[in-house]
Amino acid sequence: MAAFGSFALLIGLALAAYNLFAGGIALRMLAVGGTYRVVPDRLAETARRAGIAGFAAVTAAAFALVWSVFHNDFSIEYIVEHSNRALPAAYKFAALWSGQEGSLILWAWLLAGYGFVLRLTHKSDVKLHAYAGTILAGVQVFFLLLLNFATHPFAGVRGGIVPEDGNGLNPLLQYPEMVIHPPMLYLGYVGFTVPFAFALGALMMRYPGEKWIHITRRWTMMTWMFLTIGIFLGMHWAYAVLGWGGYWGWDPVENASLMPWLTGTAFLHSVMMQEKRGMMKQWNVWLIFATFMLSILGTLLTRAGLVSSVHAFAESSIGGWFVSFLVIVMSVCLFTFILQKDHLKSEHRVESLVSRESSFLFNNLVLLAACFTILWGTLFPVLSEYVEGTKTTLSGAYYSHIAVPIGIFLLLLTGVGPLLAWRASSFKSLRRNFILPGIAFAVTAIVCLVAGLKPWKDEGVFYSLMTFSLAAAVATAIGSEFLRGTGVIHRQTGKNPLASVVLLVRRSTRRYGGYIVHFGLVIIFIGFAGYAFNRSTEQAMAAGDTMHIGPYTLVNLGNTQESNANYDSEFSQLDVYENGKKVLDQPMSPEKRVYAVNGQPQTMVANHSTMRWDLYLVYEGRSSVNGLPIIKAFLNPLVMWIWVGLAVVVVGTLVALTPSLSPARSAATVAVAKHGPMAGQPAPAGVSMSTAGGGD
Amino acid sequence: MVAAIVCFSLAATDSAGRFNDLGHQMMCTCGCSQVLLECNHVGCPVSGGMRQELSDAIAGGMNDSLVLQSFVQKYGAVVLAAPTTQGFDLVAWIMPFAVAAVALVGTILLVRNWAKHTQVPATAGKSVSPAQAKADEEMRLRIRRETELE
Repeated sequence: MAAFGSFALLIGLALAAYNLFAGGIALRMLAVGGTYRVVPDRLAETARRAGIAGFAAVTAAAFALVWSVFHNDFSIEYIVEHSNRALPAAYKFAALWSGQEGSLILWAWLLAGYGFVLRLTHKSDVKLHAYAGTILAGVQVFFLLLLNFATHPFAGVRGGIVPEDGNGLNPLLQYPEMVIHPPMLYLGYVGFTVPFAFALGALMMRYPGEKWIHITRRWTMMTWMFLTIGIFLGMHWAYAVLGWGGYWGWDPVENASLMPWLTGTAFLHSVMMQEKRGMMKQWNVWLIFATFMLSILGTLLTRAGLVSSVHAFAESSIGGWFVSFLVIVMSVCLFTFILQKDHLKSEHRVESLVSRESSFLFNNLVLLAACFTILWGTLFPVLSEYVEGTKTTLSGAYYSHIAVPIGIFLLLLTGVGPLLAWRASSFKSLRRNFILPGIAFAVTAIVCLVAGLKPWKDEGVFYSLMTFSLAAAVATAIGSEFLRGTGVIHRQTGKNPLASVVLLVRRSTRRYGGYIVHFGLVIIFIGFAGYAFNRSTEQAMAAGDTMHIGPYTLVNLGNTQESNANYDSEFSQLDVYENGKKVLDQPMSPEKRVYAVNGQPQTMVANHSTMRWDLYLVYEGRSSVNGLPIIKAFLNPLVMWIWVGLAVVVVGTLVALTPSLSPARSAATVAVAKHGPMAGQPAPAGVSMSTAGGGD
Repeated sequence: MVAAIVCFSLAATDSAGRFNDLGHQMMCTCGCSQVLLECNHVGCPVSGGMRQELSDAIAGGMNDSLVLQSFVQKYGAVVLAAPTTQGFDLVAWIMPFAVAAVALVGTILLVRNWAKHTQVPATAGKSVSPAQAKADEEMRLRIRRETELE
């Protein structure tokens, strides 16, 4: 199977190279014009088909690796390093992306998959798709070159002697989320290649109008959603597995995933200005270029050993390849931009500081400031080592001073932006739109102060107070938009409030989907704000000992050791009481495992999660003084809100991806409404009459 | 309301506040790249001793600055979880704010410049009655509301 996989990779490379060169030549011939011995359209079609066949080849290679893992083919070095016979089946599958070579195959396969879909849907605009497909093939050539010549996944075992068993999968990766977190993250990383390819292709061919944005909007949003889910699954994994009581450590690997997310988010907002008013064309092109390059840079950071990371699982010496690729991508982007710059002239300009356009501008500014801060913080240790000879450490303490204020400002803009009108907002409309959110802000801040928060004593508490107050303001702003629209629909159609909300959202899925996403972000920020109130305690506990944290009393029922073929484990069982009353039917069981195959330990956290807080227990090991298990207990407020917020963000994105009611159906609804009791009344924002549904 | 839940649910102070604060300003030096009080890997040869040193230093009456200095002397600058505010380290703090400030001022100036040079509407200069102006404004607002799809 190793030979089959290697052959499939080579075929994949040949097909991608053909797609790139034949596609490039055909597009050049079409651009220059004239008659040739080969018909350019036919040549372009062969390139497209090569791209489709390339998907089959890379799929075959990925299949060969998975097959080898499941059949314990220890003649392959990668399988020896990342699997063993006792590894459960789900984790054998996860072994595909647990190492450098496998994760690069996953990258190439996802890219081929995206390309496959793109090439099959080429009829919506053959020429633009041909450009995008050729650029995609260029990226694919890079990854397949890497796989074939720099980091071969089917390389034979070192020394040539096939071992009886493998070294097993990193225990930290033996967790259910690890089966879905990396693919989601990669779907996001890789997915941004598609809008990048369309943007670059549209620029190369001087594509008229903004249709390319329309074509790529769903790609971009899907990709953004996958990256968001991937990042949050990673947070949840870190929270549940690393056992330090937090979900985000500002590790370079985490930062690497956040940077393209920030620029991608900026692009999603900024591109609306281009779509609606023909503005910010140069800016948008560079935003998507930057997003793609940051995806590659993130991969470089986490694989080249450039920065140290708690969980850089796949360090290697392929940094030079990535640097070269980045230089090539940058050069192509810059060259194309300089050549076609005149094609990107804005049709309009921002007319007022207080307008929707300028709020998008500031939103972009804040997102890019956050991105720069994270990039700066990630690279500063390297820089300080170069300048001073010592590596300066930048942990959460640094980011909480810099990134948290930026995040809070972003939350403010999340609420402010949608309340402003396009072009310019009058004072009257500002007063009308901001009065309720302003009251919500003030009331929440007062409630927090009355309840005992002392923002002047602790920076974290100050940020939390600001977050709670802003969250209330933004939620009020979003809620009032829904209420206003629902009220009008209800009066127009007589539908009940729930049906009115559904109709309102269906009429403009982008707008209200966006509001739902913003509401999800509000919930997530509330969850983040709880971090300032985290507390913890630890204690060596014999059977019958008790420990107190917050309102809870933990009673240790006993400490147990168990073994199976995969690992040895030690765990304690603790009953949880609140005000003398047992909270859980089953005891909580924090556990420490030591894996048989490589002797590596892993923490299995016991977590009782509620909307109020998480009671999070860690089995830290045995005390060196008395040999008793040390149990560390954390009380982490509002963590559940983060995961709930993610679910809301995903729902909002899916709503925004759904087509709005067609103009014909919308018109039919309006026709009914025109004879209704509210005929002739002005519609609120988002309840437009003849234009509703035209948002997609 | 969420704020209220949190406020009523939590006590504001922590008895081991200084230990907690200082422990979060330092890194474990075993190579795990984790904050000292968050290093939890089994059998860490360093963090236990460092925590004990921190406890001893606080119990010995050293102020926060002295505690940090003593750790830097012993373990090097790498023990600090965040850069100092001296020398090249200061750049780490200044740069993000400087870039954000320049970008913010630049954007404001750019937008003001654009706004200044935006074409004056054709009706400008004509005298309009207050009632007509009010009607125009309301119509403009309505058009904006009904034509904005996002």
